[in-house]
Amino acid sequence: MEILVATAVGVLTASGIYLVLRQRTFPVIVGISLLSYAVNVFLFATGRLVINAPPILNKYEDVPYTDPLPQALVLTAIVISFGMTAVIVMIALSSYLTNRDDRIDMIDDAGEDA
Amino acid sequence: MNHWIVAPIVLPAVIAPFIIMVIRYHLDLQRIFSVASIVALNIIAVVLLMQASTGEIQVYELGDWPAPFGIVLVLDRLSAMMVLLTTLLSLAVVLYVIGSGWDARGRHFHALLQFQLMGVLGAFLTGDAFNLFVFFEVLLIASYGLMIHSGGGKRLAAGVQYVVYNLLGSTLFLFALGTLYAVTGTLNMADLAARVAELPADDTALLRVGAVLLLLVFAIKAAVLPLHFWLPASYANAPLPVAALFAIMTKVGAYAILRFYTQVFGPDVAATEGLVGDWLLPAAMLTLAVGAIGILGAKEIGRLMAFGAIASMGTLLIAISLFTPQGAAAAMYYMIHSTLTAGLIFLIADLIMERRGGAIVPHRPMPQIGLIASLYFVAAIALAGMPPLSGFVGKLLVMDAARDAGLGDTTWVIWAFILVSSLVTIVGLARAGSILFWKSYDPDFVNELESDALPKIDEETRIEPDPLETAPEPMPALSFVAAFGLLIGLVLLTVLSGPVLDYTTATADQIFDRAAYLETVLKRP
Repeated sequence: MEILVATAVGVLTASGIYLVLRQRTFPVIVGISLLSYAVNVFLFATGRLVINAPPILNKYEDVPYTDPLPQALVLTAIVISFGMTAVIVMIALSSYLTNRDDRIDMIDDAGEDA
Repeated sequence: MNHWIVAPIVLPAVIAPFIIMVIRYHLDLQRIFSVASIVALNIIAVVLLMQASTGEIQVYELGDWPAPFGIVLVLDRLSAMMVLLTTLLSLAVVLYVIGSGWDARGRHFHALLQFQLMGVLGAFLTGDAFNLFVFFEVLLIASYGLMIHSGGGKRLAAGVQYVVYNLLGSTLFLFALGTLYAVTGTLNMADLAARVAELPADDTALLRVGAVLLLLVFAIKAAVLPLHFWLPASYANAPLPVAALFAIMTKVGAYAILRFYTQVFGPDVAATEGLVGDWLLPAAMLTLAVGAIGILGAKEIGRLMAFGAIASMGTLLIAISLFTPQGAAAAMYYMIHSTLTAGLIFLIADLIMERRGGAIVPHRPMPQIGLIASLYFVAAIALAGMPPLSGFVGKLLVMDAARDAGLGDTTWVIWAFILVSSLVTIVGLARAGSILFWKSYDPDFVNELESDALPKIDEETRIEPDPLETAPEPMPALSFVAAFGLLIGLVLLTVLSGPVLDYTTATADQIFDRAAYLETVLKRP
């Protein structure tokens, strides 16, 4: 279980970083999405991995429970990354339609430090 | 509980949707509400500063859930100072924007400005690390809208870069928070500090990873050297009054470094000892050097000012990375100076750009050249840190703190970096200023240059102004009022150096007194 989750986070992060380093907008956006999936799974795992346990503390008997806070954090992170992805798609689209070019670097006019 | 603390977040959060939903087609009403909101925020900020200056730390428990179970807002001297600084800068920016008519060149400027303020003020007030992330996202998503305000191909392309860079930063922020949560089981800053201090010294690897990841996030925000690449292209291509407002955003990064690496991972905490200062100090010195060289080499006025902002962040972070109370006091004084100066130089850059285009080449004399030239002269003095303005006092304080920090020979290196980069800055600003204002104008020579230098408007793709929003006449007088307002702020900061320094010294003592902070926030002895 731990190996599976750790591998998933690692593979998602690695592919995300690879795609972010590409020069066109579309792979970069896909890469950012992959990275946000990776971080969501990672956040979920920070409360320790527990199977078949509710995120509720039972004060009458001693039953296993899972940490509810990471689930709340992941929910927030999912909403935010979803909204951000929508924003960047819109900005990238209007940039492409205006410039007729979807390169992410600004070699032509911005100089060496862009 | 003192409800004033939450007012700086609630007020813009109410005004912004009101502007979008009720008065989106009435620019005059939007301006009235936006200015009224910012004036009210200024009054609230003064009240909060007066309350905080007694030295008492006030805690606002949202939903009345006590820390560490609920989210808390914490008002201490540092956050009160930053809140007032933000509201003052935004007042100048909003007056400038109205005066120059920038808000009529695209839609929803005022609503985005209010959301941006909500995010920045929230980030300064919150006492919870995850809440800090959320406020970062609020201020970022508003800044994406402001960054591409009024559109244009180059601006949109720079906007895409800016958004991608910041989304990566946000992802990194979440990784850092997850790591810290996995180690400590809490995200409340005070509780985090208590748990970190109790951590056994032989089990700190994961915590150190989390602390460094967090530092990287704040370094992206603060544009520290290897992570500064987003800043010049973004600031130079954003509408320049918006860049003036963004002057506070780099300070959010500096504030977060100051807050986290004194109160949570303090210099006296065994688990993270020597982790941050050793890396941050060289990076800050290189940031300063790159900023100064960038000023020398800039070919465009927006870019010149962006490198000026980077250089002042370098000086500020040198002071922060000493991690001594004296260094922190100097850093806070310099932070006020640097925010006002960065706001001022971007407003001046916009005054120049509106009249003659952005390229630093000879050009026919522009209207009001005398007034703008004298503003540029004074702002350049402030930026370079020459007497008599507050930049000089600030740099002196930073150098003084570096001498007393007990760094041995490193002191000389810091002094050399600060002094030499000041010289380079003066040369660079003098060069740019003499070309902009003095260089004799040769019509035959310049016409060639102008054809590439002036901003080209692509007729095919230009965003048509909304017919419902009839563009009002610009009021240049108001623009100058805003610029001179910031200038008066700098003069006051210089004249009142003594009281301001007393306040920042008390602030530094307060943030280094971790026990009092924990006691107040967690309500335990």
